[in-house]
Amino acid sequence: MSLPSLLPLFALLTSLVASVVIFSLPEKSYRLQTTVNLVAALLKMGLVAFMAWGVFHDTEYRIGFTVMPGVEFLLKADALSMIFAGLSAVLWFLTTLYAVGYLEHSPNRSRFFGFFSLCVASTMGIALAGNLFTFFLFYEMLTLSTYPLIVHRGTAQALRAGRTYIFYTLTGGAVLLLGVAWMHGLAGGLEFGQAGQLGETDPALWDSLRIVFVILIAGLGVKAALFPLHGWLPQAMVAPAPVSALLHAVAVVKAGAFGIVRVVFDLYGTEFTHELGLLEPLGWLAAFTILFGSVRALMQSDLKRRLAYSTISQISYIILGLTLLGPIGTAGGLVHLLHQGMMKITLFFCAGNYAETLGVHRIDELDGAGRRMPGTSVAFTIGAFGMIGAPPLAGFITKWTLGTGALAADMGWVIGVLLISSLLNAAYFLPIIHRLWFRKAPNAWPEEQSWGRFETKALLLWPPVVTAVITVLFGLLAAMQFSPLSWAELIASKEFWS
Amino acid sequence: MTTWLMAGLLFTPLAWAAITLLLSFRNGRWVSWLGMLVQVLVSVGVWLLVVDRGEFYHGLGGWDAPLGIELRVDGLAIIFVLLTATVATACGWHAGMYLDSDKPWQKHFWPLFWFLWAALNSVWLSGDLFNLYVGLEVITLTAVGLVAVGGQADALRAALRYLLVALVGSMAYLLGVALVYGEFGVLSLAVVRELQAENGVGMTLPLALMLGGLAVKSALFPMHGWLPPAHGVAKSPVSGLMSGLVVKASFYIAARLWLELGHEAGSLALAQVLGVLGSAAVVWGSWLALRQKKLKQVVAYSSVAQIGYLFLLFPLTLSVSEAVSLQAQQGVTLQVVSHALAKGAMFLAAGNLILSVRSGEVDALAGVGRFLPFSLFSFGLAGVSLMGLPPSGGFAAKWLLLQASLASGQWWWALVLLAGGLLSALYVFRIYQASFVQDSDLDEFYHPPRSLELVPMILALLALGLGLVVDPMLTLLGRPFGEGSVP
Repeated sequence: MSLPSLLPLFALLTSLVASVVIFSLPEKSYRLQTTVNLVAALLKMGLVAFMAWGVFHDTEYRIGFTVMPGVEFLLKADALSMIFAGLSAVLWFLTTLYAVGYLEHSPNRSRFFGFFSLCVASTMGIALAGNLFTFFLFYEMLTLSTYPLIVHRGTAQALRAGRTYIFYTLTGGAVLLLGVAWMHGLAGGLEFGQAGQLGETDPALWDSLRIVFVILIAGLGVKAALFPLHGWLPQAMVAPAPVSALLHAVAVVKAGAFGIVRVVFDLYGTEFTHELGLLEPLGWLAAFTILFGSVRALMQSDLKRRLAYSTISQISYIILGLTLLGPIGTAGGLVHLLHQGMMKITLFFCAGNYAETLGVHRIDELDGAGRRMPGTSVAFTIGAFGMIGAPPLAGFITKWTLGTGALAADMGWVIGVLLISSLLNAAYFLPIIHRLWFRKAPNAWPEEQSWGRFETKALLLWPPVVTAVITVLFGLLAAMQFSPLSWAELIASKEFWS
Repeated sequence: MTTWLMAGLLFTPLAWAAITLLLSFRNGRWVSWLGMLVQVLVSVGVWLLVVDRGEFYHGLGGWDAPLGIELRVDGLAIIFVLLTATVATACGWHAGMYLDSDKPWQKHFWPLFWFLWAALNSVWLSGDLFNLYVGLEVITLTAVGLVAVGGQADALRAALRYLLVALVGSMAYLLGVALVYGEFGVLSLAVVRELQAENGVGMTLPLALMLGGLAVKSALFPMHGWLPPAHGVAKSPVSGLMSGLVVKASFYIAARLWLELGHEAGSLALAQVLGVLGSAAVVWGSWLALRQKKLKQVVAYSSVAQIGYLFLLFPLTLSVSEAVSLQAQQGVTLQVVSHALAKGAMFLAAGNLILSVRSGEVDALAGVGRFLPFSLFSFGLAGVSLMGLPPSGGFAAKWLLLQASLASGQWWWALVLLAGGLLSALYVFRIYQASFVQDSDLDEFYHPPRSLELVPMILALLALGLGLVVDPMLTLLGRPFGEGSVP
């Protein structure tokens, strides 16, 4: 066993070990906990960057062992997993910084950061899982490790949200398990990464494969918040801001979407899914979810709830991209995994800042906040324009690629969906921006705090500013060699021209 | 070597039972801890022996059947011997510190504990219907005694009820054994199986009688009523022994009987009925667990549900392909092992929690997550295995049983497995949730000693990690519930 093949394991272990260490440290040694957390996060970023470099040069990192006869536990770094692993590594670091600032002087921090690291370990496992069985392992671990974060505050409302969350996700998990086990019985333990391997199966199995596909998507659709399985997401908003940020940008919702990508793209293969007649219905469902989420977002008056419905809509762009038969559309979907993560985490960080610094939770209380908190508000504005799809931001790149892909695949109706959705995005984001910058501030904020020389604590301010800058760079530098778009195009071209 | 090890497996506990009979609880504790060490070493020795030379029969004291007592040492038996060593050591260690040494009746704990261990080992190793009966009776009597060691009036009442039900079960079993003996004139399971195959005599009635009696002793729905009071009222280490090992003994015998005689004497209807009753136990037990106010009652009702899964063995091994039957047997074995570890951990952790908050109510746990995370964490990790979530042993068991039921076309058991997992999540998360409540004024808790908290954590980690080391265990299992040749 050579050292490079151990890298995926190390990437997983950094946060797992961090979690165990943090749990075992007493509540008092807060400084030490933070240090452990940040060192582990930096270490993980380094490991992932190193692996990404290797994957780019066609190195394969894999490590696994047999769990049961015919069932393998497999960690593998391929191009697709690097997208998710990279996102999770970078955002873990930023969110940890943010959470350190956010939770200063609040109780139960050791528990919080312990489960937080565990949650990141799960996303890393999801990213690096080399087959469906391993994916399921970490997918369920994610459910368990996020529950304590959602109910962290222990209020009646938080507990209720936790109950809803657990009900949805565990049911989804059970459905997924049925799909995974059935698939295992039909085709054995298939490894991710060889597109269209199911296409060679006996056509007599195809009917069963169709059913299994529906079961798998239904199971994964819960976390991906596909209509009508999205009900838990808006409720989970009661969680502390860093948790919501992580949940929406990389952890839970993204894990579901990533799972759907793996199933459609790697397991069935886009072309075989099309052959089974399942690609188009999935596309309709995604398109409907996009519009539905946007319309519901428009109706919300609470900032975090509006952002939550916006997530429901945005995640389905990823799935919509997959269903556009052809490399361009697929690339558009894949790149949105990263773009949405970066933009959405910016918005949630900002929402957290408004709540922490000004005590503002509702949109109509935001009047004039731009003057009071310029840094946060600029970041929020960039994130919002990105979501709307204004050039040259990341969201524009996604929508442009998806549009081109739709035309290439002769699916003109998708353009209509993109247009309507952009209009709706504008309709629910522009009023907020208008309030931030062009309305007069009230005489007193609901609960104002002042911290130091910045508009808010430094640790709360810098993470959203950094992610906003990255959002701009993702858009501006989309044509560069290591941009998310080129990476996604590389993956997509392998799928269709191999 | 073999002779010494085999004798040690049965006679060490008996010797220690005799010694501790003469000692007080406090002195018995030190002696017993030493005994546990010896017994663990012997168990590991036998394990290495089986790994080395494969499965074998051993006539105790050099006397072979039919005159002497013949022991059957196969992969399955050795797994149970090791499981017993693990769980009993954990519970015994915990009991030594947990039980109140001032109470005079507490000194009966150690002899009962050692008799129980001896009887359990004899059941795992016997290949003879009558010896199995004797072992089972000793288990019942010691278990009743251990429940009564709790001392309060309700403990005595629960113990008495348990005794009566268990006696009814024994009667049914013994009647079945008598019928078999009347027909063939032998009691060795392997010989009975051969004679039955040769003569084509229908043994359906005796088999059904024996299985029925054993099902009562395993608390199969709807005969489960005695279990929750007995397991809930007993002292926590005793509850761990009960749920982890004692109920498994009667199921173990039932499974052995079924796999030896079921092909000839079993019927599809009987298998399906047992499967349906098991499923009903899963649903009803979970529902009742959800309704309980007391922490230990939740855990006890959960045992009713978890034992229900075991009875899926019957429909999944009759008239199915060899591969499916094997998967079902492996799945059920894993379920037994992981449940024993997880339930042991849960009862011990629950005992610690109750000690800390000085109340057995679920609601009293409010805020405990903040001050006493260690025992709560053990409880939570054990819960992961009960819910059948990865990477626990419970998950691996569920996976194998799912595969077996899908491959055999009996998809309805797959639904039971999935629904059962969700139902158990309901009652497990109810406990988690209670501990996350933040509005309690109480923020001073008694902190039990670390060693007391360590034991459940070790068991819980074993249950949790079991799912990742299934392969070596299944290899040891070899041909589980072996169809080994007659000696």
